Amino acid sequence: MTISGWGRFPKIKASIFSPHNESKCRDYLKEVEECIAQGLGRSYGDSALNSNVLCSRRLNLILDFNDKEGIISCESGVSLAELIETFLPRGWFLKVTPGTRFVTVGGAIASDVHGKNHHKDGSFSESVISFRLMLPDGEIILCSRSQNQELFYATCGGMGLTGIILSATIQLEKVQSAYIKQTTIRAANLNEIFDLFEEHKTTKYSVAWIDCLARAKDRGRSLLMLGEHDVDEDFSFSSSKKLSIPFDFPSITLNRYTVELFNRLYYNKAKNSVTENKSSLLSFFYPLDAIGNWNKIYGSRGFIQYQFVLPRESSLEGLQKILTKVSTSGMASFLAVLKLFGKENNNLISFPLEGYTLALDMKIQPGIWELLNHLDKIVLDYNGRLYLAKDARMKADTFQRGYPKWEQFRQLRDKLGLSEKINSLQSKRIGL
Amino acid sequence: MKLLVLGANSDIGSAIAGAFAKFEQADLILASRDMESLEKKAKDIEIRHSVKTKIIQFDATNFSTHQDFYNNLSPKPDGVVVAFGYLGDQKNAEQSFDDAKKTLDTNFTGAMSILEIIAQDFETRNKGFIIGLSSVAGERGRQSNYIYGAAKGAFTIYLSGLRNRLHKNDVRVITVLPGFVQTKMTAALDLPEKLVATPEEVADDVYSAFKKKKDIVYSKWFWRWIMLIIKAIPEIIFKKLNL
Ligand SMILES: Cc1cc2nc3c(=O)[nH]c(=O)nc-3n(C[C@H](O)[C@H](O)[C@H](O)COP(=O)(O)OP(=O)(O)OC[C@H]3O[C@@H](n4cnc5c(N)ncnc54)[C@H](O)[C@@H]3O)c2cc1C
Ligand SMILES: NC(=O)c1ccc[n+]([C@@H]2O[C@H](COP(=O)([O-])OP(=O)(O)OC[C@H]3O[C@@H](n4cnc5c(N)ncnc54)[C@H](OP(=O)(O)O)[C@@H]3O)[C@@H](O)[C@H]2O)c1
Repeated sequence: MTISGWGRFPKIKASIFSPHNESKCRDYLKEVEECIAQGLGRSYGDSALNSNVLCSRRLNLILDFNDKEGIISCESGVSLAELIETFLPRGWFLKVTPGTRFVTVGGAIASDVHGKNHHKDGSFSESVISFRLMLPDGEIILCSRSQNQELFYATCGGMGLTGIILSATIQLEKVQSAYIKQTTIRAANLNEIFDLFEEHKTTKYSVAWIDCLARAKDRGRSLLMLGEHDVDEDFSFSSSKKLSIPFDFPSITLNRYTVELFNRLYYNKAKNSVTENKSSLLSFFYPLDAIGNWNKIYGSRGFIQYQFVLPRESSLEGLQKILTKVSTSGMASFLAVLKLFGKENNNLISFPLEGYTLALDMKIQPGIWELLNHLDKIVLDYNGRLYLAKDARMKADTFQRGYPKWEQFRQLRDKLGLSEKINSLQSKRIGL
Repeated sequence: MKLLVLGANSDIGSAIAGAFAKFEQADLILASRDMESLEKKAKDIEIRHSVKTKIIQFDATNFSTHQDFYNNLSPKPDGVVVAFGYLGDQKNAEQSFDDAKKTLDTNFTGAMSILEIIAQDFETRNKGFIIGLSSVAGERGRQSNYIYGAAKGAFTIYLSGLRNRLHKNDVRVITVLPGFVQTKMTAALDLPEKLVATPEEVADDVYSAFKKKKDIVYSKWFWRWIMLIIKAIPEIIFKKLNL
């Protein structure tokens, strides 16, 4: 069948196998020439694509729960949505969550996903105590910070290229409510939003929505959204039925003017410069999950989500340049999200490093590849890197310059026979 | 509520168990052959839904053990789900009588054997419900799977008779007719993506049929219309089709 990542580009023909236990995984690995693991396919580009895909969705048992310590073990195909549904009513939430809950535990580890609290709590691997990994020969290895360390640090953020994550043990975080106290602050430009991020460094959650089309003195105008867990012991929450987009929007609906209008409306929503409200965990963390397959609004040709990070000291200058380039290109971006990351961790090829990250969506249109190549150059000039979980097009050179430990990662793959058996379209493209 | 799930290792069966645990807080008796896998499934459901579970060995084709199996259950369940099944391979079943017999024994004879015992109990107690997982494959014989289809067809007819018999006793019998479902039974088949349901979707359909007091439920719903068309094709044409 034809498959793609969340960005619906590229699309390829592939056969998918969903083993329901470990011995079926082993048989499959013996049988296929090469393959890549896939969870819920929420990575945007080609990290989970190959002509043979091993899908983890039927490996979906919760294996153990320690309700005193908040430690769970589960198979890798269990989704974060299932964990929230099961454990939030009992007062436990994820230490780190991405902007959608429809990702698997395996996918969250493999992309070492980050959330709105990266500046305080780091990325998903911070909550991972251990996991079991299957290598191409079928051997199962228990990896943690004290056992098989090298594979632990390679697998967290390793984009599925170190083997199949079978199950994991994860630390949850105690919360006193299923609600978030949210504060929204308006920023007139890039300088202001940077100051606000710094000022609110001790706030648990922070993220900004930034208007990519604003120019000149308005460049970088944005809304900063801050959040802290409420403590009201209210655990009533409903994961209401999703809306969904039944067909591909004609891509014309997303031309520059409609996006500009949307941006303006959004910006004006915060009438006063600071607004406060109580918002459910689900709507605070996962606003887009309320609209099922929103990725269809970009039309059938698909879109690219371009996410990069720049080191803190060069962030302001680099972002000015990139925003200028984006706004003059007219390739309107519907959503752009800005966030301050905390310290880099020890994983070999995890994305986050201390500095500012920006994620913007662009539908596939004439001129987009030239624009993105140009942006790549700016990112590299400022010592930044691109996020593999979003990528569908970067060149090997761009990757290798952004991720200095890539060679160590590649050597480990060669040593364990992974480079022959476990590959994605992405890993081939970027020379991993 | 206490629910007995026979063939509880089946992906659809354990999803149905999960739905009753979630919505009815049902305590579960999970019965199947592979105890190691059953233990994991039971734990998963206990953690997710905070219900009690018990696991018991059960082999549908070991007919002579069925009476003891049911006698030993205490207390008796309020409802039972028959979820075990064996698809096999049509070509193989054509050539091997043993395999064809296994298909019949599992999907029909085994189900009938245990359900007769349970039906007697429900009949005397004037309560209970029975959910049987049959298949749309039992609605019309096709060259690609008529041996399995014959077993499921027999099971569908059996359930309809049982429903008729137990109606006066207030015992409900629900026939479930799934189309294509993404489970370990079909993992090796290349199924048309748009028509495939997940076990959880089938479980939701079964649970809502239970709540709405339906007798027969297709899952997903569109199979009702697909089968209506397939059944309407005159045999003179049907026999020439490559189905
Ligand atoms: C709306 C939306 C918002 C998002 N927000 C964020 C965000 O805020 N922060 C962030 O970091 N990311 C974010 N993402 C990206 C997403 O979190 C990651 O792409 C995540 O990895 C997707 O998980 P998945 O289960 O869908 O995995 P897939 O997309 O199927 O796979 C992703 C990678 O994980 C590997 N993988 C999956 N399962 C296994 C396994 N069992 N064993 C080994 N490797 C495996 C695959 O090979 C692939 O390389 C967002 C995505 C969407 C659609
Ligand atoms: N999947 C589909 O597309 C589909 C479509 C229509 C109808 N159905 C029917 O729906 C039901 C469930 O299907 P499924 O896809 O969920 O099945 P599944 O995941 O393949 O599981 C079938 C289960 O049946 C059990 N079983 C087989 N023989 C048994 C025996 N002799 N005694 C006890 N248990 C036995 C096995 O249990 P152990 O693991 O313990 O051995 C196995 O786990 C079946 O009746 C099937 O025919 C399925």
